[in-house]
Amino acid sequence: MKFKQTVLLGAAMAGLLASSAASAAEEQFIGLPSYRVGPYAAGGVGIFGGWIDYMQLINERDGGVNGVKLTWEECETEYNNARGVECYERLKKKGSTGNTVFQPVSTGITYSVLEKVAQDKIPMVTIGYGRTDAADGRVFPWVFPMITTYWSQASAIVNYMGQKEGGMDKLKGKKIGLLYHDSAYGKESHAIMDKLAAKHGFEVIKIAVAHPGNEQQSQWLQIRQAKPDYVVLWGWGVMNPTAIKAAAKTGYPREKLIGVWWSGAEEDTIPAGTAAKGFVAAGFNVAGASYPVVADIKKHVYGKDKGNMEDKSRIGSVYYNRGVVHGIITVEGIRKAQEKFGKGKSLTGEQMRWGLENLNLDDARLKALGATGFMPPLKITCADHEGPGKVKFQQWDGTQWKVITDWVDSDRPLVRGMIEESAAAYAKEKGIKPRDCSKES
Amino acid sequence: MLYREAGQFKASYAEDAQIFPIRQDRIGFWLLMLVFGVAVPFLASEYWLKAILIPVLIFSLAALGLNILTGYAGQLSLGSAAFMAVGAFAAYNFILRIEGMPFLVALVLAGLTAAAVGILFGLPSLRIKGFYLAVATLAAQFFIVWALVKFPWFSNNSSSGVVTAQDVTILGYTFATPEAKYVLTFLIVAFMALLAKNMVRSSTGRAWMAVRDMDVAAQVIGFRLMRTKLLAFAVSSFYCGVAGALYAYTYIGTVEPEGFNLDLSFKILFMIIIGGVGSIMGSFLGAAFIVLLPIFLDNFVPMIFGDSLGAGFVSNFQLIIFGGLIIFFLIVEPHGLARLWQIAKEKLRLWPFPH
Repeated sequence: MKFKQTVLLGAAMAGLLASSAASAAEEQFIGLPSYRVGPYAAGGVGIFGGWIDYMQLINERDGGVNGVKLTWEECETEYNNARGVECYERLKKKGSTGNTVFQPVSTGITYSVLEKVAQDKIPMVTIGYGRTDAADGRVFPWVFPMITTYWSQASAIVNYMGQKEGGMDKLKGKKIGLLYHDSAYGKESHAIMDKLAAKHGFEVIKIAVAHPGNEQQSQWLQIRQAKPDYVVLWGWGVMNPTAIKAAAKTGYPREKLIGVWWSGAEEDTIPAGTAAKGFVAAGFNVAGASYPVVADIKKHVYGKDKGNMEDKSRIGSVYYNRGVVHGIITVEGIRKAQEKFGKGKSLTGEQMRWGLENLNLDDARLKALGATGFMPPLKITCADHEGPGKVKFQQWDGTQWKVITDWVDSDRPLVRGMIEESAAAYAKEKGIKPRDCSKES
Repeated sequence: MLYREAGQFKASYAEDAQIFPIRQDRIGFWLLMLVFGVAVPFLASEYWLKAILIPVLIFSLAALGLNILTGYAGQLSLGSAAFMAVGAFAAYNFILRIEGMPFLVALVLAGLTAAAVGILFGLPSLRIKGFYLAVATLAAQFFIVWALVKFPWFSNNSSSGVVTAQDVTILGYTFATPEAKYVLTFLIVAFMALLAKNMVRSSTGRAWMAVRDMDVAAQVIGFRLMRTKLLAFAVSSFYCGVAGALYAYTYIGTVEPEGFNLDLSFKILFMIIIGGVGSIMGSFLGAAFIVLLPIFLDNFVPMIFGDSLGAGFVSNFQLIIFGGLIIFFLIVEPHGLARLWQIAKEKLRLWPFPH
């Protein structure tokens, strides 16, 4: 410890002396509003562990982004909105240029800081959660619900069912159960499922499960009576393994039970035991430690004993890999912004926003990152802050997740239409004049 | 030595009945008001205002509300967060749906709405007591949050049930900066605390305390139980409702029903237990303790141990210390921080010659 401090002090002094000349002293600060205690700690530890490990990899293997070292600090939110706001305020001025990008990994905190980020000029990236209509970048310039949103996911799940049935027209007359967490998060599924039902002619049976969802007997009785062809599990936390076990008990085939990405991690299936075998879930990232990017983390980060995960068996799990996706997007946003505002320089939040808005992770770039198939190719524009809106489906084979589809598309025109409608309503309520994207550079 | 009341004589009833009968207390109080009302907005950083002082004030108000009900009237409640939710959503809807609604009027209406709901859920208190009443108010907690999610009208058909508070404008001035929001919150909280202090010193408060100490005896000597208990529920919910509206408008900015869950109700209950049940000042001390301690630990623990421990360990360790300190304070002084302060004052009066 003492030795480390001395070295750090020496390094800081050296950096101070050579500060103006050497760009090596530049840093890019990223504030991490993590949650490692509380009911959602299992997800938080995985996601923030993967994210930190990826940034550590960039520092260890590449010496930072074009020489700019990534620095970070964690702030415990306990998944609580008030604590999240405190963390946001605490972290926003840290580092040489302030917090680069805020990613709360909590829908509640996202809403709580939604307007603050625009005032403070700090971009906010919400991957797979948060406010869906923020995908309209003209109304929400500072918010990036990247890769995919809840609405795209619902649409992709229906498309997957169509694939299984052998064509979208085969969905006509089918019954789809929607077992949802009775909260704002769960109800996010209603509007889109109703639209899709009207479009494809299937029937949606909405069944609410009260938080936390460890008691679902009456719900599954209802499912047994209605005999839906598929059941979408829009769950969270303990509700997921309970639903899987209840499905096994009522004899509902697990292959027809399709989870959303907050229902499809090892933490959801392992507690359900053998009942989970065959359960299918959507994900914008996949599980697995064989991808080159994860292998590199093992080699460069854990090889030097600098890894963040205490439970190393979770490396390559769904949540861990989701954290790596957070890391990739953070780092690539920085890289893109540096191309415009000067390589090897610390960026402000405003510059970072430009980088995120012009982010383009095509197949070639993903290959270079060692993440082909790990996450979908991603292109962000001024108007579209979401990107591909694609998910892969994975099936639990009793011990691990197996990817069973390629990237499944969502009904883009339909979802985009809903997003624009909702964003326009927000803009009207708040008196925001949407940006003209043809004038953005 | 300094804290000596010798030579302070009361020559009129007004002087005898004032809130702070001792001159030093009065000076201290006005100094405190000056510091927090005038100096703090100029000196404190944005972080302190937005993330620490405003929430402490708002939670103090909510704790004050619960303290009126639980501490003074003796009715245990686990629904404080739900009444805050009623206040927040009522204020939102009043401003949204009525053109030109002034903010302060909306705030009062929000409080009145919460009071009405509070009376409704206070009705069981006429028949049941103690822990059973707590369970009945638990129903309020779940029912209100459920209703706010269930009926989209409350959130103006927002797909996720989350509402964004409108700008706070009073007489054409928009309270946008953290300093302005802080001053507004401070003034409202200070005014309502003063009101509460006077209420508990008046016949209303004495009726509450009589009911708290033994309701049968209170009834025998002529207090109307129904009126007294429901008034306590109404006033308490009014305070919680205003706190909820402030939470939405001057603090977080956006609210979702789930934000006002049982955890928050428990937190408010802990605030009054730690601060002092049946004490206005205790509400403030308790709120400050519960809000500030975790933040302090989050800054302090990593500073001591550095990176040598895992982040997960540090987070859990903070919770252990937090829980440990709560137990410590409850053992040292079961009547809360307010009682500690009172003891300190009594000691001070004798100091430096305790015999």
